[in-house]
Amino acid sequence: MFRNVAELVERAEREQMKIAEVMIRQEMEVTERSREDIIAQMEKNLQVMEQAVIRGLAGVRSHSGLTGGDATRLQQYIARGQFLSGETILDAVSKAMATNEVNAAMGMICATPTAGSAGVVPGTLFAVKEKLQPTREQMVEFLFTAGAFGFVVANNASISGAAGGCQAEVGSAAGMAAAALVEMAGGTPRQAAEAMAIALKNMLGLVCDPVAGLVEVPCVKRNAIGAANAMIAADMALAGIQSRIPCDEVIEAMFRIGQTMPVALKETAQGGLAATPTARKFEADIFGKPNNERE
Amino acid sequence: MKYRSVFDIIGPIMIGPSSSHTAGAVRIGKVARNLFGRKPTWADIFFYGSFAQTYKGHGTDVAIVGGLLNFDTFDERMKTSLQIAKQEGIRITFHEEEAIPPHPNTAKIRLGDEQGELELVGISIGGGKIEIIELNGFELKLSGHHPALLIMHNDRYGAIAGVANVLAKYAINIGHMEVSRKEKGKQALMTIEVDQNIDDAIVEQLKALPHIIDVTKIVE
Repeated sequence: MFRNVAELVERAEREQMKIAEVMIRQEMEVTERSREDIIAQMEKNLQVMEQAVIRGLAGVRSHSGLTGGDATRLQQYIARGQFLSGETILDAVSKAMATNEVNAAMGMICATPTAGSAGVVPGTLFAVKEKLQPTREQMVEFLFTAGAFGFVVANNASISGAAGGCQAEVGSAAGMAAAALVEMAGGTPRQAAEAMAIALKNMLGLVCDPVAGLVEVPCVKRNAIGAANAMIAADMALAGIQSRIPCDEVIEAMFRIGQTMPVALKETAQGGLAATPTARKFEADIFGKPNNERE
Repeated sequence: MKYRSVFDIIGPIMIGPSSSHTAGAVRIGKVARNLFGRKPTWADIFFYGSFAQTYKGHGTDVAIVGGLLNFDTFDERMKTSLQIAKQEGIRITFHEEEAIPPHPNTAKIRLGDEQGELELVGISIGGGKIEIIELNGFELKLSGHHPALLIMHNDRYGAIAGVANVLAKYAINIGHMEVSRKEKGKQALMTIEVDQNIDDAIVEQLKALPHIIDVTKIVE
């Protein structure tokens, strides 16, 4: 089994295969399941992601009323053609939000790597789909590539907001998406690792401070910017830009930052945005009284 | 390596909003239900750490009860699990605990009916992956992702060898095994994770061995 990104890239280069293929072969080895079986399960995940994007773009609203409708709003804005950044990047942002709005509404999603960060990978995938026109098979490969990098993060750092803050969730998701984007666009395994490093570096220190303890504010918009971050990191890596700090060391840094992060900022709804006057007011409106003062 | 499969990272397919606080909670509840082996009539659920602080916002309460009802992580009935439990006559009580847990996402479930009780402690480590760390006061480490045998036995020599012999006879490979006891010479618990599901006939043979008190199997 590959234990870190260096081993993953080394194996892909040595055997001249995609990162996705390294992941598929490892999965076959570890679980003793057939290739067809494994691909079919990932295809099912892809379907669930696609359904969530479609549902979110059509417009959903969470039970609390704090989130919903922004994915649609952004699509309408794109259609007017007056945007400042770029169409693909805004499409990724909108589709990431669509997924997380469905998640917040207790709809069905596929955790990538978690539910709170489930928008970034499908958001970027379904946005570049319009541009790169991948086959269904290549879209499934995208998920294996993302999974390979997420696998390293989960085993060497964390993908839990309660253990490592939002950097471990949306940060990991952005790194995974950036790497998969590079591979789908024809970049090398090494460039995929650079993209992961660049994306994750810019999410380091991000705290998990959910308003009222709900996976809504700021989660939906953090997925939006996580997707944008992934797209830019992928473009930078494809341009030949390298991270001065190797990917594995960035992951290690993320782990250490998570360990030293105060508990109030790790999914306890006690600090950060969750402790602002407006957040406390939302909380009182939704639950009657603040989350950490209930009996 | 805590995570072994790519589907621990891309997946599970689930009802939102949180893989650790919702999907993980479903899985902890489901393991409790499987170990108990039948529908309980009551359950006390204790939340610690981040679970205690945010369970209402994350739907951890409906999720863990969904697990007790044997729902999968993607069951659309999740939202209404508390009402369903009530209809099925299961009395549920939630407790928010102040104690600092070993892991920030920890839940303890005590459940039972007129015939018996069971208590377990589970942690949700991220992305929907869980570990059961305590069962009826015995420490253990169980992922809930592989078929497993839980064997309560008297703490005597030969008990483990007897079990191993039966498994060897049926060519069942042991992936992970540990033994835990509260006090020397009293009861002990064997936790055996295996590669394939185990026939009921084999479970019956294990139950008939000397020093064995009870055998429970967890199907994948």
